[in-house]
Amino acid sequence: MKMYLSNIFTNPEMQDKYMDILVSSFLPLVKGAFYYTIPLTLITFAIGLVLAVLTALMRLSNVKAFQWIARSYVSIIRGTPLLVQLFIIFFGLPSIGVTINPFYSAIIGFSLNMGAYNSEIIRAAILSIPKGQWEASHSIGMTNFQALKRVVLPQATRVSIPPLSNSFIGLIKDTSLASTITYTEMFRKSQEIAANNYEFLLVYSEAAFIYWVICVGLSFIQDRVENRLDQYVAK
Amino acid sequence: MITVKGLNKSFGDLHVLKNINMNVDRGEVVVVIGPSGSGKTTLLRSLNILETPEQGEITIGDQSIDFSKPVKKKQVVEFRKQTGMVFQNHNLFPHFTALENVMEGPVTVQKISKAKARERAADILTKVGLGEKLDSYPHQLSGGQQQRVGIARALATGVEVILFDEPTSALDPELVGDVLDVMKELADEGMTMVVVTHEMSFAEEVADRVIFMDQGAVVEEGPPEQIFQHTQEPRTQQFLNRIRK
Repeated sequence: MKMYLSNIFTNPEMQDKYMDILVSSFLPLVKGAFYYTIPLTLITFAIGLVLAVLTALMRLSNVKAFQWIARSYVSIIRGTPLLVQLFIIFFGLPSIGVTINPFYSAIIGFSLNMGAYNSEIIRAAILSIPKGQWEASHSIGMTNFQALKRVVLPQATRVSIPPLSNSFIGLIKDTSLASTITYTEMFRKSQEIAANNYEFLLVYSEAAFIYWVICVGLSFIQDRVENRLDQYVAK
Repeated sequence: MITVKGLNKSFGDLHVLKNINMNVDRGEVVVVIGPSGSGKTTLLRSLNILETPEQGEITIGDQSIDFSKPVKKKQVVEFRKQTGMVFQNHNLFPHFTALENVMEGPVTVQKISKAKARERAADILTKVGLGEKLDSYPHQLSGGQQQRVGIARALATGVEVILFDEPTSALDPELVGDVLDVMKELADEGMTMVVVTHEMSFAEEVADRVIFMDQGAVVEEGPPEQIFQHTQEPRTQQFLNRIRK
């Protein structure tokens, strides 16, 4: 470590070399982020959100069978490691004749995961809307569905933004696990680069930095959205 | 207009409505008074099926619900369309403006066109003195203004009966007057109203009939003079003495 640091600070030749590595790997990494990591994140988050709302509504419904399906789904997904789920989908399913390419395997794995975790967020958000909002909706003649759609869900959306942002940021980082099922997103790109030049510390740190910049950007957007919608929730 | 027969409701071991019978004629203003825990709010909420009694029958207009039989959801939705409700803490929709709050029933429930609903909602809000506040969100309004939007929302679907659940109890004293004025105006126009309130002066002045409830039962009912000046019931007397102090 001493040598590494002294090289960085005193050896102009080595400084140039490190700089070259950082610069030359930057574009492939950013490309990995924009072409693979971010699209994978957005697609799985969107599918996951639909699954999450459906699961939350099933949990909250009066139909026992729906409740049971939703509970089992959430329990299985939350109770097993994401990495193991990805391996089952990509490496396991082919033994029963179901072969799915890395991209779709990742989409399925991450979407199922998001659906399960976010359903709890959405369920809690729906339950947090005061009972009076349902009653007021009913009093003007709305059905349960109308009250949900027009009054409760819009407010629950606002309530769920902070925890959903949390899970979105978590998802961006978790997509690095897709590297293990041969999906070439940003982290796998960095592994390939480092495998060539052996500068593991430098290249992985650079990848980490890019993840961090993306997440900081997202937190910034989250704050603005939250502030804008803050007033529209019954307290 | 409204007939209640043998209504019974319990929350667990607590018997909150004991065999209530009640009648409200078209255009009549009935004020329900009584100590807290007397069941008056539960009775009012039952009229809108926000509470489901275990026994008894409620008739409003030409629709009837018998609670000793299983009640269908659809039946409840149709039944509720006949009445409007004003809540103690207004329960306005915070993500809608005043105008949108009032438009919501006509647009979503009655499927009236937005343009028409907007026009009508603006008229109603103007009538309750909020013509300047159409585009304000509930949190930008004072408590009294919020409650008047609540009244406008209840009126918007053209109901014939409005139920008021302690509409002024959560308001600062200086804001109570505006809300009561709107209610008086409605009464003068012949709206059928059932009002649960602690505003005795309103009851004396506006009510056609006063119902005094205690411990889940109707103790006495009659014109305001009878209840407030000449009651023979010791429990009514006791209650009135306590609140007049």
